[in-house]
Amino acid sequence: MRRAINIVPGSGTRILLVLLPFLLIAGLYVVVSAERRAANPGDKLLPPITEMAESVRRLATEPDRRSGNLTLWSDTAASLQRLFIGLGTAAAIGLVLGLTLGLLPIASAGLSPLIAVLSMIPPMAILPILFIAFGLGELSKVVLVVIGIAPFLVRDLAMAVAAIPREQIIKAQTLGASTWQLLLRVALPQAMPRLIEALRLSLGPAFLFLISAEAIAAESGLGYRIFLVRRYLAMDVILPYVAWITLLAYIFDWLLARVARRSFPWAYVQEAR
Amino acid sequence: MSIIRVHNVWMEYGDQIVLESISLVIASGAFVSIVGPSGCGKSTFLRMILGQERPTRGIITLDGVALPHEPGPERGVVFQRYSVFPHLNVLQNVLVAFEFADSPLTAKLFGSRKRAAVEKAQALIEAVGLGEHAQKFPSALSGGQQQRLAIAQALAKQPKVLLLDEPFGALDPGTRAQMHALIKPLWRERGMTVIMVTHDLKEAFGLGTRLLAFDKPRTDPQAPERYGARIIYDLDLSRDGPVPVLGFSKPIESRATAYETTRSTSHA
Repeated sequence: MRRAINIVPGSGTRILLVLLPFLLIAGLYVVVSAERRAANPGDKLLPPITEMAESVRRLATEPDRRSGNLTLWSDTAASLQRLFIGLGTAAAIGLVLGLTLGLLPIASAGLSPLIAVLSMIPPMAILPILFIAFGLGELSKVVLVVIGIAPFLVRDLAMAVAAIPREQIIKAQTLGASTWQLLLRVALPQAMPRLIEALRLSLGPAFLFLISAEAIAAESGLGYRIFLVRRYLAMDVILPYVAWITLLAYIFDWLLARVARRSFPWAYVQEAR
Repeated sequence: MSIIRVHNVWMEYGDQIVLESISLVIASGAFVSIVGPSGCGKSTFLRMILGQERPTRGIITLDGVALPHEPGPERGVVFQRYSVFPHLNVLQNVLVAFEFADSPLTAKLFGSRKRAAVEKAQALIEAVGLGEHAQKFPSALSGGQQQRLAIAQALAKQPKVLLLDEPFGALDPGTRAQMHALIKPLWRERGMTVIMVTHDLKEAFGLGTRLLAFDKPRTDPQAPERYGARIIYDLDLSRDGPVPVLGFSKPIESRATAYETTRSTSHA
């Protein structure tokens, strides 16, 4: 009998092993939901899959009677717009500050402690300040996402840039590079794969801050809808929405991983071996 | 011309004296090998010439001008590791040297200027024997090939002085012999001054025209940090006859020196 650590699944077995836990959870849900229905026909907590599918069809294809929009799509568009503006702004801040702090000792001496302190502020605790300062519109939600993840990106990138071997920085100087050129051609390209990895890790927190902000004050958005229909115990809407958000986040994560490996193959050499 | 003069240079880290009272003149076009036990300050000496560290006391001049306290294009360097850019392929690694010089703002060249630079970079890559690997990333190269690339990079700026910090220390003996066969003609053709720190005595004698041995001639067992290393041997290897010793008209503490000599030989 081989040792367990030496048993590697083949590609067919691997797909089966991937699907198995998902199928088990789905099967369990169907059985439990059917049992609850049998006991109480009015049960709303675990609606059957058919009911959820009907709700999704209604939300995705029938215009809302009040606004005239297709609810699911307008919610998704509103949330993703906020999410992407927030992530993009945070990435830009992370890149600019991270490179500066990682490369320039004088910037690091002046700003690193400040950023270390700022990053400890719980973003949710200052949400009321954001609502007061930026109003209840789009801006405050985007700012919450930015404040939530930018400090992490800044610190992570500053560390990555500072970890570039000293030899490379010296070498670039002996090749005549100015500070700006060094930043542009040595530090920036090596920070990019790390930025994408950091963004992947930030997707979860970004959605968390987005949905929190939408739950409290919004007129559309995935988080807004979930907290709106909560009043009617509409699990047939909440559960598909949660699944939809999860799917979106998973797709973005997968896309970022693909983009990083496609654009910066040199950064993933170790992985390929 | 590229005469390096070192005037009474000391290097101290806090209380610890690493190098003391180093004075020497390195002639233009010399190939200087530096040997000595680990931690004796030979790499520190190289880093001072490189501009990575500034001496606590004393001054180093290149052609009569004090060296700036930061690295610059007149002094090329090859480290033992990490001295090529992992995110650029072989051609780009050399090309970037020309791009730094010709494009201050974007450090990128386009069109005919780029073609001219690519041609120059390609010639350097051929010269170090990496012609067929131009499109590979450093991670796909062997250790010897990476060092060849680092040498090609350093040559791109046509430095007056080439500093080698244990450049072949991590290579297997066969590859090391190939690297020796590569570096010697390159040095001859270009007439630059080479200063090489090495642990390999055979390499030091085989390549150099001059050999410096660093060690501590004096030690205080109660306070080992109080005395730094000096140049205890300075050999002219460029002649055929018995090796003459340079610069020791007034030997320092001859008994201690003799003792240290046996030690540094047995170290090898």
